[in-house]
Amino acid sequence: MNAYYLQILTVIGINIILAASLNLISGYTGQLSLGHATFMGIGAYSATLISIHLGLPFIISLIIGGVVAAIFGFIIGVPTLRLKGDYLAIATLGFGEIMKNINLNLKITGGPMGLRGIPQATNIYIVIAAVVLTIFAINRIINSRVGKSFIAIREDELAAEAMGINTTHYKILSFVIGAFFAGIAGGLYAFFFRYIHPSNFGFMKSIEILCMVVLGGMGNTYGAVLGAIIITVLPEFLRTVSPVISQYRMVFYGLLLVIMMIVRPQGILSQDFDFTLFNHGLLGYKKKKGGQIQ
Amino acid sequence: MLVLENIVTHYGNIQALKGISLKINKGEIVTIIGANGAGKTTTLKTICSLVKPTSGKIFFEGNDITSKHTSDIVEAGIALVPEGRRVFPKMTVMENLSLGAYLNNDRNKIKNDLEKVFDLFPVLKNRLKQVSGTLSGGEQQMLAMGRALMARPKLLLLDEPSMGLAPKIVSNIFDIIQQINSEGTTILLVEQNAQMALSIANKGYVMETGRFILEDSANTLLNNEEVKKAYLGES
Repeated sequence: MNAYYLQILTVIGINIILAASLNLISGYTGQLSLGHATFMGIGAYSATLISIHLGLPFIISLIIGGVVAAIFGFIIGVPTLRLKGDYLAIATLGFGEIMKNINLNLKITGGPMGLRGIPQATNIYIVIAAVVLTIFAINRIINSRVGKSFIAIREDELAAEAMGINTTHYKILSFVIGAFFAGIAGGLYAFFFRYIHPSNFGFMKSIEILCMVVLGGMGNTYGAVLGAIIITVLPEFLRTVSPVISQYRMVFYGLLLVIMMIVRPQGILSQDFDFTLFNHGLLGYKKKKGGQIQ
Repeated sequence: MLVLENIVTHYGNIQALKGISLKINKGEIVTIIGANGAGKTTTLKTICSLVKPTSGKIFFEGNDITSKHTSDIVEAGIALVPEGRRVFPKMTVMENLSLGAYLNNDRNKIKNDLEKVFDLFPVLKNRLKQVSGTLSGGEQQMLAMGRALMARPKLLLLDEPSMGLAPKIVSNIFDIIQQINSEGTTILLVEQNAQMALSIANKGYVMETGRFILEDSANTLLNNEEVKKAYLGES
C-alpha cells in the first residue's frame, strides 16, 4: 500500500477513536462538549514530552498521555458539568482556548514553533489495535450498569436522579473516560506526524469531531465510526473526482454536510438503529414494536 | 415516618416554601392539595433532595435526611413519581423498570418486584419491548409508578398522577394507589384533583403560596366550606 493511503487509513483510525469517545460524552450521556480536541492535544503533548524527556517506551507514553488527558477531564468536568446544554458547550470551548494559549506560550511545548522531531512510532497495526480496543471498551461500558446510567441521564436527568443515580458522578465519569481515549488518539497522532502544534488541537478540530458524531448518528458507536470515515475520506475523495470539483472540494464538502443534515437529521445510524433490521433489508427507518416489524 | 420541620426552600431569590411542617405516619395516605404554583412539587423535590432546603429539617424513620444525597434517600426507602411522569422516552418499558431497580443488585428480588408490578399493572407486561415514548398517557403514568415501585419504597411520593388523563383512567390509577397502600407502602400524594385525592386519603394539607393554610383529616376537609369553594368546585 502506498504512503498516501496508509496515511488516510491512520487518520481514519485516529478519528474513529476521537468520534467514538466524544460520542460517549455527547451521544450517550447527552453532554455537549466543544472541547474534545483539547483532550487530544493534552494527550499528544504529554505523551510526546514524556517520551522525549524521560525516554519511556512509546506504548507507555501513549497510555500516560491518555491518563493525563483523563485527569484534565476530571479537573474540567467537576466545575463545568454542573452546567447544562449550551452553557456547558461554551465552558468547554473556553477551556480549549485556555489550553491552546498555554501550549503557545510554554517553553517546554515549543510554543508557536510546535514540537518537532518526535520519533516515528505509530504504525497502522497499532492504530487498528487501538481502534478495536476503544470500540470494545466503549461498547462494554454502554452495555453495563454505568452505560445505562449515562443513557438515563441523557433521556431525563431529573428522573435519573430520582432513580438514585448520582448524575454528577456519572457525568464526570463519562467525561473522564472520553478524555482518556481522546488523549490516546492525540498520542497516536503525535507519533505518526512527528510534529505537533497547538492549532492541531484547536476549536476547528473539536468541531470536526462533533460533525463526525452528529453525521454518523448521536448515541450510536457504529454511527460515530461511520461518521469518522466519511468526514476523513470525503475531502480526499473529492480531490480525485474532477479538476473542477477538486478545486472547490471544501465547498462540496460543506454542501454535502448541509444536505445530509436536512435529509437525515438524526444521523446516518440513529441511536435507536437496530442491527437486527439488516435481516429484513431495512435501514433503520422502521422500528421494532413488541417484537414485530411494522 | 416522615417529618418536615419548618422547611424553607428558595429558587434563587424566590421563596417557594415559606416554612412548612408536615407529618406522615406509617401506612397512611397523606395528600397535599392546592393550585398551580403553590409549592406542592417543590415540597416533594425538597424531600428527595432534588432541591436543597435553605433551612428546616427532614426526618425519615427518625433519621435526619435533610442534607443527604438523593441516591441515599432513594436507598433509605423514598421513591418519587415525578410530575408529568418523565419516563425515559427512548427506552423500552423493561429498561425503564430495570432502571427503577437501579440501587437493587439482587436479581431474585428484582424478579419478584417485577412480578408485583405486573400484578398491579398488567398492561405493562404486554408492552415490555415497546419504546416508552409511544405509550399512552395513562400507560406512561403506570410505567412511572411501576418504575418507582421497583426501588422498593417504604414511602411513595406521587406528583399529580391524574395530570392530563381521562377520568376513567384517573379512577383506575387511584384504585391502584389504594392497592399499593394496602400492601404496606405509605403514600404522599400531591394533587390538583382535590376531590379524588381527599376521597382516598387519611389526612390532607391545603397549600397556598408556599404555606399550608389548612391541615386536617381528609373527611373533615371534604366537608370544609372554604375547601369546597376553592378546590372542590362547589358553591
